[in-house]
Amino acid sequence: MTTSASQFIVIGERTNITGSPKFAKALKEGDWNTCIAIARQQVESGANVIDVNVDEGLIDSEATMTKFLNLMASEPEISRVPVMIDSSKWSVLEAGLRCLQGKGIVNSISLKDGEAEFLRRAKLLRRYGAAAVVMAFDEQGQAASRDEKVRICTRAYHLLVEKAGFPPEDIIFDPNILTVATGIEEHNNYAVDFFEATRIIKKTLPGAKVSGGVSNVSFSFRGNNPVREAMHTAFLYHAVKAGMDMAIVNAGMLGVYAEIPPDLLERIEDVLLNRRPDATERLIQKAESLKAEQGGASKGEVKEDLAWRQQSVTERLKHALVKGIDAFIDADTEEARKQLPRPLDVIEGPLMDGMRVVGDLFGAGKMFLPQVVKSARVMKRAVAWLTPFMEEEKRQAIAKGGAGRAQGKVLLATVKGDVHDIGKNIVGVVLACNNYEVTDLGVMVSAEKILATAKEQGADVIGLSGLITPSLDEMVHVAKEMTRQGFTVPLLIGGATTSPAHTAVKVAPEYQHGVAHVLDASRVVNVVSALLSPEQKPKFLAETNAKQEALRVDFAERQNTRKLLSIEEARKRRFTCDWAKAELATPEFFGTRSFDVPVEDIVPFIDWGPFFSAWELHGAFPRILEDAVVGGEARKLFADAKKLLAQIAQEKRFTPKAIVGFWPCNAVGDDVEIYADASRAKVVSKFSMLRQQAEKQQNEQNLSLADFVAPKDSGRVDAMGGFVVTAGPGVETFANEFKAKLDDYSAIMVQALGDRLAEGLAELMHKRAREWCGFGKGEKLTTDELIRERYRGIRPAPGYPACPDHTEKPALFSLLEATKATGVSLTESMAMLPASSVSGWYFNHPEARYFGIGKLGRDQVEDYAKRKGMAVDVVERWLGPNLGYS
Amino acid sequence: MKRAPEPKDDLMPTPPRSQALEKLFAERIVVLDGAMGSMVQTYKLGEADYRGEQFKTHPHELKNNSDVLCITRPDVIEAIHLQYLEAGADVIETNTFGATSIAQADFKLEPHVKAMNLAAIACARRAVEKAEAKTPGRTCFIAGAIGPLNRTLSLSPDVNRPEYRAVTWNQVVDAYTEQIRALLEGGVDALLVETIFDTLNSKAALFAIEGVFDEVGYRVPVMVSVTITDRSGRTLSGQTITAFYNSIRHAKPFSVGINCALGGKDMRPYVEELAQVAECYVSCYPNAGLPNAFGGYDETPADMANVLGDFAKQGWLNLVGGCCGSTPAHIAAIAQAVKSQKPHVVGAPHTVQRLSGLEPLTIR
Repeated sequence: MTTSASQFIVIGERTNITGSPKFAKALKEGDWNTCIAIARQQVESGANVIDVNVDEGLIDSEATMTKFLNLMASEPEISRVPVMIDSSKWSVLEAGLRCLQGKGIVNSISLKDGEAEFLRRAKLLRRYGAAAVVMAFDEQGQAASRDEKVRICTRAYHLLVEKAGFPPEDIIFDPNILTVATGIEEHNNYAVDFFEATRIIKKTLPGAKVSGGVSNVSFSFRGNNPVREAMHTAFLYHAVKAGMDMAIVNAGMLGVYAEIPPDLLERIEDVLLNRRPDATERLIQKAESLKAEQGGASKGEVKEDLAWRQQSVTERLKHALVKGIDAFIDADTEEARKQLPRPLDVIEGPLMDGMRVVGDLFGAGKMFLPQVVKSARVMKRAVAWLTPFMEEEKRQAIAKGGAGRAQGKVLLATVKGDVHDIGKNIVGVVLACNNYEVTDLGVMVSAEKILATAKEQGADVIGLSGLITPSLDEMVHVAKEMTRQGFTVPLLIGGATTSPAHTAVKVAPEYQHGVAHVLDASRVVNVVSALLSPEQKPKFLAETNAKQEALRVDFAERQNTRKLLSIEEARKRRFTCDWAKAELATPEFFGTRSFDVPVEDIVPFIDWGPFFSAWELHGAFPRILEDAVVGGEARKLFADAKKLLAQIAQEKRFTPKAIVGFWPCNAVGDDVEIYADASRAKVVSKFSMLRQQAEKQQNEQNLSLADFVAPKDSGRVDAMGGFVVTAGPGVETFANEFKAKLDDYSAIMVQALGDRLAEGLAELMHKRAREWCGFGKGEKLTTDELIRERYRGIRPAPGYPACPDHTEKPALFSLLEATKATGVSLTESMAMLPASSVSGWYFNHPEARYFGIGKLGRDQVEDYAKRKGMAVDVVERWLGPNLGYS
Repeated sequence: MKRAPEPKDDLMPTPPRSQALEKLFAERIVVLDGAMGSMVQTYKLGEADYRGEQFKTHPHELKNNSDVLCITRPDVIEAIHLQYLEAGADVIETNTFGATSIAQADFKLEPHVKAMNLAAIACARRAVEKAEAKTPGRTCFIAGAIGPLNRTLSLSPDVNRPEYRAVTWNQVVDAYTEQIRALLEGGVDALLVETIFDTLNSKAALFAIEGVFDEVGYRVPVMVSVTITDRSGRTLSGQTITAFYNSIRHAKPFSVGINCALGGKDMRPYVEELAQVAECYVSCYPNAGLPNAFGGYDETPADMANVLGDFAKQGWLNLVGGCCGSTPAHIAAIAQAVKSQKPHVVGAPHTVQRLSGLEPLTIR
């Protein structure tokens, strides 16, 4: 190309069925790989636009156009350039337009079918968004002479711009490049007519471009590529000087004007410029002699850039994967197979190395999705090649008595509520490629279905995917369910919103048998193979756990730096309600009542789940008893527990006691004042509450337990309660008896039962408390519903998340006179003795709920210390883990 | 093959409210609202909320179908709209991102698409009326939000069949046409084709819009907003920002911009590129930063206002707001930050041919 043509646009013609026999053959045989390779070669050779023409009588051109454009769309190296959709049928052009995300060119429309149809199509093109090649063709036929070309183009231009609102810059005229040197005299001036028409069009029709199919000009010399190339090059030189903007050419066959041998150039230009009557004859003679010399081979023809083929087979496989080229993959895979001991080594070695590069490039934004998908396809081809060899290896292994099953079963699903699955599908393909048996449950799959299928199929690994934010919670849910159902297989987490940090902080703690975050498909095989290998698994899990622990620590540290509101601001964002109308509790009595409760009465209120956890058997009760793995052990334990419990009840080993009190009260700021009676004349005690200070969403509140008590200025008297329950000192005594007999099993059992009974008693007393308050009278809840706290009111304990300050306990104990009634006392660190005891407050507001107080600001801690009459440093010591400052 | 209807001439009137919107753009930087989805999430709605009375016995789970809330919890949607208007948004988007038969097919709610869109506009309209009544003389606008669909025309969902598409052009055009008819019937002041990650889907939406304009005999401003997926600077379907612009400029958009996926900071080069290439108004409504590990967003109102205020100062913006993770507080801060800035001066129309594949090609 000459310098003046540097702006010249090359439209690759080889994917034109009428212009490329090779493409025509491949298309008719349905050899899509070759079709795509031809397109790629055009772009690699420098085509700025790709011309696609599939007009052929025997094929369904609309379907073929659609399929080929869709295939090209998955080849980023091809689809980076615009497409020229080329067809003589409007329906094929329209089918093509419906596949192009870019702005392409339609080739062509013309006045052949009359003005009305011409305008209709032009307006539709505007709506689809495409430039248009307009042929110099009208109702009478094709324009050959300069003046006819100019006349038809001018008419079309005015119609387009004035009647169809078509942007002038999107009009590309094709004033017809016709064949010269045909021996017919009228044809001799065709090239000159084209050059001159081009010059006039460019001058008189502003904005419009000129294009043409150059190979037509040399049609007389078909079979003689050197001459054709030189003719094209010379033609382009003159056409570009006349103002031609683009041309449909074989992008790999463009020569350089200055390098055309002078004697050949002279004869060609004589023909093109119609300089002498015997020009045709002289060029034919020259062409004959050249053909004899060179055998008609094309000098300038450029093949695909195949330099990479010179590299080692490992490098070639990597290149093929990264570039998504499957042309040589079978041969290269075979070569690698012969070099390596086992077929699997090819996958785990060079192929996975290549996929890792793909993963890295994708992660770095240097590759995008279609390329990754393409790489996966090449991978699949390679694996398909290796499969028979691996099967043969298996057969031999079986013959020798070894195991011959797939490497492992992987179950994949996009979690409930999410419909995104592209990444998951890729992971599935890559795993299947690596000889894993993959079951893909698709999208929006519930935890139940995932886990039921996993059990049914005996999955070795479960992989969860999700793209949208709520999927993160759903994954946590699945992990919890896996724990509950007693799974032990590893869990993989992947998908766009997932992250190593989220996996470490939220998911991994819910499931103890290995949770690994998988960044992308290229990593999944390494992870799965490590997890399924008995040798590698412990090390891999240890490493994963260590990394996750580091992430958790990091997260916890960052939590500290989370923004806290000022305490004034936090108080403005308190929970509140219409206190005038609020349903306040009215207990049957004020003051305290104490109870001795027989063990038998408590048993129905026991939550057995934590009992099994205490023994490190994980799973929900009662299902844990039927668990395939731990079920036997759980049943034995449960039988022993029931036996011992019966003994405890019968021999009255434990003496469970409870005290419950209710008092008139009101909230004053974040304190709750306790009054001697409903007149509220005398404040007998005060509980000081803390308030959440972390910055929250607009319509979320910064809670304090005090919010659930009617404020004093509401004018209404509220009531709150308190309780202390214990399984009694017998727990310790009885346990010691067993210890003395060196029966640690029974000793621990006694203690575990003591704890369960204390908790069960707290549940039982809370139920009664709700009845005394009135609102619990109609309550009909099962044990399970009780355990899940499906009732009105809460019973938080000082020292627990909603009020982490243990130093509130003395006030509660003294108000209840609890030690006297129950024998439970407080240690100096505010622990209760006996240990199997529970204390807390009753908050009765219908909207009362549990929450965690989170981090506290210095302002609140100072204020709190003042309210409690304690030194700030003492308060800080008690609230250490909650301090949001250092 | 289905024959596309014949296009009519595009000299059509524009309704008075849309004209007022056009006038506002000529005067100053206009403020768009912020995220709907993340605001809805804060209400912690359960399955029962999504179902309401109307879909109590619907055979499919509806949770996380934000669009159905226009019917079942209009109070929530209206309240969020009103919060944004009170924060200073001039334009609010209808809660119709997924209100098409294709997107709703996941929830088996295809027959309710029209009702969903009309209900969404009613929510928006009530909020606008309240805001306008509160401040006499104030005019607030409603843009009909048109989302990207969950099926793409440019990408195959099946790696082994790269030529396969889960949906056809005509199906996409039909689905969008149904939504757009409802949006125009409900009386939106503009249309906003947004969060575009596959340009071909958006081209089908723009094609459908022109068809519906033909049917109704008037036009409203068409705003277009693309999503740059990551720091590669490409759409999910692989286009660069200028390639994208070249692909849609035939629709003569009223504005073009970038939203979602990235925080404002990471959008900077692309917003700048767009402001240089666009022949129409330019918009930007980023996420409140990149999603953190927990799907939340960390940028504070001040962070976002800083970044967008700077864009405005550079003279790149005409319409500004927030996407995922932004809240009324963010919008208030952004509105404040752009208040004294001059709007972007629209570039002169191109006279060169601008084509595109995944990358742009200019023919001078």
